[in-house]
Amino acid sequence: MTNDELIWRIAGGSGDGIASTSQNFAKALMRSGLNVFTHRHYPSRIRGGHTYTEIRASADPVKSRGDGYNFLLALGDSFARNPQQNAYYGNEEIKPLSENLDELHEGGVIIYDSGLLDASEIEDFDERVEENDWHVYDLDLRTMAREHGREVMRNTAGVGATCALAGIELEWIEELMTDAMPEKILEPNLEILHEAYDMVEEEYDVDAHDVKIPEGEHDEEQVLMSGSDAIAYGSIDEGCRFIAGYPMTPWTEVFTIMSQNLPELGGISEQVEDEIAAAALALGASHAGVKAMSGSSGGGFALMSEPLGLAEMTETPVVLIEAMRAGPSTGMPTKPEQGDLEHVLYTSQGDSHRIVFAPGTVAEAYTQTRKAFKIAYEYQIPSIVLYDQKLGGELVNVPASHFDEEPNPSLGSTLTEAEIEDAPHDESGKFSRFRYDTPEDNGVAPRSIPGQKGGRFLATGNEHMPEGHISEDPENRVFQMDKRMRKLEAIREELDGDGVNNTEVGDEDAQYGFLTFGSSQGTVEEAVERLNDDGHSVKMLGVSEMAPYPVDQVTEFIESVDEVLVVEMNASAQFRGLTQKEVGQYGEKLSSLLKYNGNPFEPEDIVEGFEVNIVEDDEHPHTRTKFVPAAGD
Amino acid sequence: MSAFSAIGEGKEIDRNDYTPGLEPQATWCPGCGDFGVLKALKGAAAELGKSPDEMLLVTGIGCSGKLNSYFESYGFHTIHGRSLPVARAAKLANPGVEVVAAGGDGDGYGIGGNHFMHTARENHNMTYIVFNNEIFGLTKGQTSPTSPKGHKSKTQPHGSAKQPLRPLSMSLNSGASYIARTAAVNPNQAKDIIVEAMEHDGFSHVDFLTQCPTWNKDARQYVPYIDIQDSDDYDFDNTDRREAAEMMHETEDALHEGEVLTGRYYVDSDRPSYQQEKRNIGEMPEEPLAERYFDDSYEWERSYDNFLDKHK
Ligand SMILES: Cc1ncc(C[n+]2csc(CCOP(=O)(O)OP(=O)(O)O)c2C)c(N)n1
Ligand code: SF4
Ligand SMILES: [Mg+2]
Repeated sequence: MTNDELIWRIAGGSGDGIASTSQNFAKALMRSGLNVFTHRHYPSRIRGGHTYTEIRASADPVKSRGDGYNFLLALGDSFARNPQQNAYYGNEEIKPLSENLDELHEGGVIIYDSGLLDASEIEDFDERVEENDWHVYDLDLRTMAREHGREVMRNTAGVGATCALAGIELEWIEELMTDAMPEKILEPNLEILHEAYDMVEEEYDVDAHDVKIPEGEHDEEQVLMSGSDAIAYGSIDEGCRFIAGYPMTPWTEVFTIMSQNLPELGGISEQVEDEIAAAALALGASHAGVKAMSGSSGGGFALMSEPLGLAEMTETPVVLIEAMRAGPSTGMPTKPEQGDLEHVLYTSQGDSHRIVFAPGTVAEAYTQTRKAFKIAYEYQIPSIVLYDQKLGGELVNVPASHFDEEPNPSLGSTLTEAEIEDAPHDESGKFSRFRYDTPEDNGVAPRSIPGQKGGRFLATGNEHMPEGHISEDPENRVFQMDKRMRKLEAIREELDGDGVNNTEVGDEDAQYGFLTFGSSQGTVEEAVERLNDDGHSVKMLGVSEMAPYPVDQVTEFIESVDEVLVVEMNASAQFRGLTQKEVGQYGEKLSSLLKYNGNPFEPEDIVEGFEVNIVEDDEHPHTRTKFVPAAGD
Repeated sequence: MSAFSAIGEGKEIDRNDYTPGLEPQATWCPGCGDFGVLKALKGAAAELGKSPDEMLLVTGIGCSGKLNSYFESYGFHTIHGRSLPVARAAKLANPGVEVVAAGGDGDGYGIGGNHFMHTARENHNMTYIVFNNEIFGLTKGQTSPTSPKGHKSKTQPHGSAKQPLRPLSMSLNSGASYIARTAAVNPNQAKDIIVEAMEHDGFSHVDFLTQCPTWNKDARQYVPYIDIQDSDDYDFDNTDRREAAEMMHETEDALHEGEVLTGRYYVDSDRPSYQQEKRNIGEMPEEPLAERYFDDSYEWERSYDNFLDKHK
């Protein structure tokens, strides 16, 4: 494959320090001027179990993981518990090497730690090496690390060897280690780094293969960020200073980042007894005049269902984050999937009215989280940011300037005491919190906050009169319901006006279209580029606005092409279903490409899915994805 | 200057000021104990000079949950069992607001039991009143967590096989720092206890016996009652955890034998409230968080200045 990019995979056991080593490596490559994109694969275990992180680095922008990879550093699973060949999990120790071979490109490089791994245990290893023209370096990283005191420093030795073989200058790594490591361990790590580098340079012909680091340059300063970072920072920049949560993978990352940063900003983080409480706390804090959030992953979000409805009924602004993982039930906790779309759109009783954004990239995760807060507080409605383990965990470089934005701590449609004085009250002095005649024709009646003089009202999950009194009066019911629903139309108009949330790529006149949502966007984008390079005529619309849905934009897109392939990571084509429900027709034009094996799409999956199913060029096998034809096909 | 000028205003207040000007028609049955809670709360709030605009009354769902329909103040009538997490967050957001949560025995000890345990454990500075009528009132008389063993209802036609929950003991074990029981038939004691509960710096739990003449006909009306502090028959130190525990146990048993014991069961004035504990570790601002959003001179931090360097 291409030699203009390095796709480096570092594989080991959970607990082997793969995450931090790969993060430092990615950052070093970013600092050297390259664009980077990481993909994490890990089991739901603390110790043991095969895990890897892949770092794709290129001079050109990278929007997705690659197809396979070209450089393997296999550290061996030092926590493997069960060496028996025929145990259920097999010999785990060897997995970081054995399990990764299928996706390694021809001509690729393998470094493995011969201190831990014995390649002869892998069936046909030598034959496969020869067949694929792999370049194998068995280095005793473990002994090297031991000599310097600590075995975990095998990682550093592996990085040193990688640099020697891929032609990466050590200064980038040294600089990063100096920034990231405490003094005590810095010295031995630097020594190991050099020792491994020198050893490889001296003992091997580093030019025997051609997997080399490309050279690149950024025209502005970059930061390495994950989707979880971006969601947390977007929240902070919107003035969110209150979070309540309960740990659940992968949402825990956002919760952790917020909890670590809020105290220094004078904010409050609460880890509470369960997710019902978490969502209820966010409502209570918001009701009392603070910008507040909560969140969870599928199971925890299910528990938030009733508080979410309470926010809708009491018109309490709140932002909830939903980090999808493979379901149903506990599913595959550390594996990405986009299977909670319908769950967040419709959960809770009654006619749902909420905002749902599904950002497609790390940069969008920041802007759309901000927008979620802004709309929540201006329109007094719950906003949900829907993402997944893929977007949450992938690290990419984003221009630092993307975050150079003014904070917006505004509570939105909230009155000051002086304004309350002039606002309508009933005869007894109760503030008309839920008045029908809203100041603007958007259904929003500004609210007061407990403690404000003259602002008292009753918030209730029961249907209520303008001052909050519980009421089942039919006329009032219809007024209140229409008032709440009217907010959605106003929001739809506002979103259409700013038109920046959904991403269109490709030639306007293209013959075929891809429709996708959320985190699959980058991969589809890359597939579109490749298909167009190969002479096809395709374009993409990546939708982030799940609710309210951008009906006009999607309709126009569908009408402009012959056929649309809807790409999403779930088994029941939820996004296609939503699209058909919203646009109300075109069933015969929309087919689906689905993937739900626990791994995100690779660009090739999509290229292949298109060629096999849409243009019906039957050459490729397609085993990882599932095609669902359009109605009537 | 505070954006919440109702807080700490300290003006003269009459108990009738808590009666909504346009009073919704009461949905409570004649003779219902819930009226007693309303009356006691009005009396207590007036005695403490809390203005309706500085109080937030958060309720659950049940007959009891209607309390804030009849009490003039800021109110949040939430969902079944969830008054406590809403209430305690409001208190964290703006500690100057007088936060009182209330709900039924099903609401607080059953469906919301987990929140009760944890709010008590954390010792949030707020008051929680549980209308304990030993029954599900609003849903028409089903057995509740405090219904006595053998209690028959439409959903337990052969009588409950379960021991009732011990609300006072559970509260003590969970960590509440002020625990009392009172009864609707004892309005003066009830008012005094609510005053103490609201003044207490920490989580105050009042188990309030409220007769339900409609569905709990076999249950007694909680008369005659005995105030354990006034009676010579009971001598214990309610600042001593062990003695308190014993007295609670006795009280919970006695109720089902027809003896209604009430009073202050546990008072721990030394334990810092959760708000204080959180401030001590630097996880809660000194100034009420809610004030910040109304302070035009506050310089809001942003991630670009505070956090971006570590990503470079
Ligand atoms: C989640 C949920 N489950 C069930 C109900 C129905 N429900 C309403 S009130 C109630 C029980 C009320 O009993 P209690 O909390 O003791 O209050 P009371 O009416 O006796 O004051 C039930 C089961 C509900 N509203 N929400
Ligand atoms: S049903 Fe019972 S608790 Fe409910 S209002 Fe009537 S008497 Fe009171
Ligand atoms: Mg009850």
